[in-house]
Amino acid sequence: MDDTFAKTHFLTAAQRNTLNKLIGYIVLTVLGIAFFLPFAWMLSTALKAEGYVFAFPPQWIPNPVQWSNFVECMRVVPFGHYLLNTALITGISLVGMLVSSTLVAYSFAKLRWPGRDIMFVILLSTMMLPGQVTMIPIYIMFNRMGWVDTWLPLTVPAFFGSPFFIFLLRQFFMSIPTELMEAAKIDGCSNFRIYSNIMVPLAKPAIATVAILHFLWTWNDFMSPLLYINSPEKYTVSLGLQAFQTQYTTNYRLMMAASLIALAPCLLLFFFGQKYFVQGVIMTGIKG
Amino acid sequence: MNKSKSTLLHREALDGWLYASPWIIGFFLFTLGPIVASFVLAFMKWDLVNPPRWIGLDNYLRMFNDSVFWSSLKVTAIYSCFGVPLNLFGSLILALLCNQKLRGIEIFRTIYYLPSVVSGVAIGLLWKWLFDPTFGLINYLLSLVGIEGPMWLASETWALPALIVMGLWGVGGGMVIFLAGLQGIPLELYEAAELDGANRWNKFWQITIPMLSPVIFFNLIMGIISSFQTFTYAYVMTGGGPNNATLFYVLNLYYNAFLYLRMGYASALAWFLFLVILALTGLVFKSSPMWVYYESEVKGR
Repeated sequence: MDDTFAKTHFLTAAQRNTLNKLIGYIVLTVLGIAFFLPFAWMLSTALKAEGYVFAFPPQWIPNPVQWSNFVECMRVVPFGHYLLNTALITGISLVGMLVSSTLVAYSFAKLRWPGRDIMFVILLSTMMLPGQVTMIPIYIMFNRMGWVDTWLPLTVPAFFGSPFFIFLLRQFFMSIPTELMEAAKIDGCSNFRIYSNIMVPLAKPAIATVAILHFLWTWNDFMSPLLYINSPEKYTVSLGLQAFQTQYTTNYRLMMAASLIALAPCLLLFFFGQKYFVQGVIMTGIKG
Repeated sequence: MNKSKSTLLHREALDGWLYASPWIIGFFLFTLGPIVASFVLAFMKWDLVNPPRWIGLDNYLRMFNDSVFWSSLKVTAIYSCFGVPLNLFGSLILALLCNQKLRGIEIFRTIYYLPSVVSGVAIGLLWKWLFDPTFGLINYLLSLVGIEGPMWLASETWALPALIVMGLWGVGGGMVIFLAGLQGIPLELYEAAELDGANRWNKFWQITIPMLSPVIFFNLIMGIISSFQTFTYAYVMTGGGPNNATLFYVLNLYYNAFLYLRMGYASALAWFLFLVILALTGLVFKSSPMWVYYESEVKGR
């Protein structure tokens, strides 16, 4: 299409090239605006004063800009408390997940033990199982143990690793040359030393990917807190936001302010760790 | 020498099991045990208060006679039928656009990718506000071009389409995978095709699509699995309403288990979901030799 258009209009190759680039930029920009608009709307609402949220036509740039919404939303709902809870849960869960997943992945990638290959096939097949199948018995189990309405169901399972992350890390460990390990072994290094002093430092990029993904999933998780937490003082950010909705149905101003605060760590993580995201997606998507 | 080697191997086997033990224990506690329990529970009636009672296949029979079950299956199927192909198509188009050699293209990639990274309740609330019938951004934008927008989440007809539209905001995730696939296509293929007189269209259909087919396959499988497990947005934005128009399968399962405390019935629902997902992904796997093209097949010839 472009070619015939260009030929009939006697454009030079350079002009045609510029035209193509221009069309490319226009399409990209229009789409870019469409993708960014929800964020802009969120920020705009979060900064509006009381009566301005329902103004018609809507104001894009709030006037006056009301920064105090961010403080007010923390007062109306103990949102700062929820942030702290979520940070604690996420932190504990992250430590558990990183330690266990790297150790298990190292064992699958670099150590030879009877039954390893069968166990690995089992590990892969568990990734196919939808979580809903195990959700109810696990709930009943935690209920019996008296763990409902504590943070234990949100943190303890992470210490047993996740098949997805173990798989991702194993693929990375496999790519580390075995010679390094052999040399360390001859020097009398134990398997644990090899893990902690050679494998983990070399796998930093993969570990960063796992850390970022697990952080995001735990931080944003809604299903588990919904199942296990009842007391408001133990709420996570997800549940806290949900509370905003039922109490202040139409108060979008404070709801958006709180939502932005909840998203802030994820957004920061995204901008600083973008390359690890992409790496993780590619590692699991293409090679898997 | 021989002896020390065998003790070393012994040591390694021991360490191997030891280091893998967190997952192995977790597998028994959080996967195998619950699978067995769930399977048995599906044949029982249990509200967590009274002792469980064996009722045989009643849960499954009841499920197939339950109009709510069928409507939740239908809602989920419609959502997947439209959502999965639209997402696949959208992410492929975006990847092609972002694969151009233009200055500043990384900025666009970041903008498209960002929405797929953020998720959860905050995003659900944001979209609820965007879809607000009177003051929301979407109906405002529609009014600019002279369209009176529908009631969206409050309308039985438009609530599900609204969630499908919202899902399109996340196409950046698929885009990144497609981009990686696109960048893995050897340029020689295109150069050779150009020598043979291929135009853009030919190159796209004869080279790009076949070379990307493993990635399309991957994205399709992941899309089916995740769309059948939709929960959070429906819970937060509509709660399943209006009149069950967005009562997704997993939402129905959740209500049955944790609102009506029908543990046995909800377990049966979970098993049926597993079978549906297994059947659909199995179908895609079965069809894959017809349309998925792996490079190694050619190398082998």
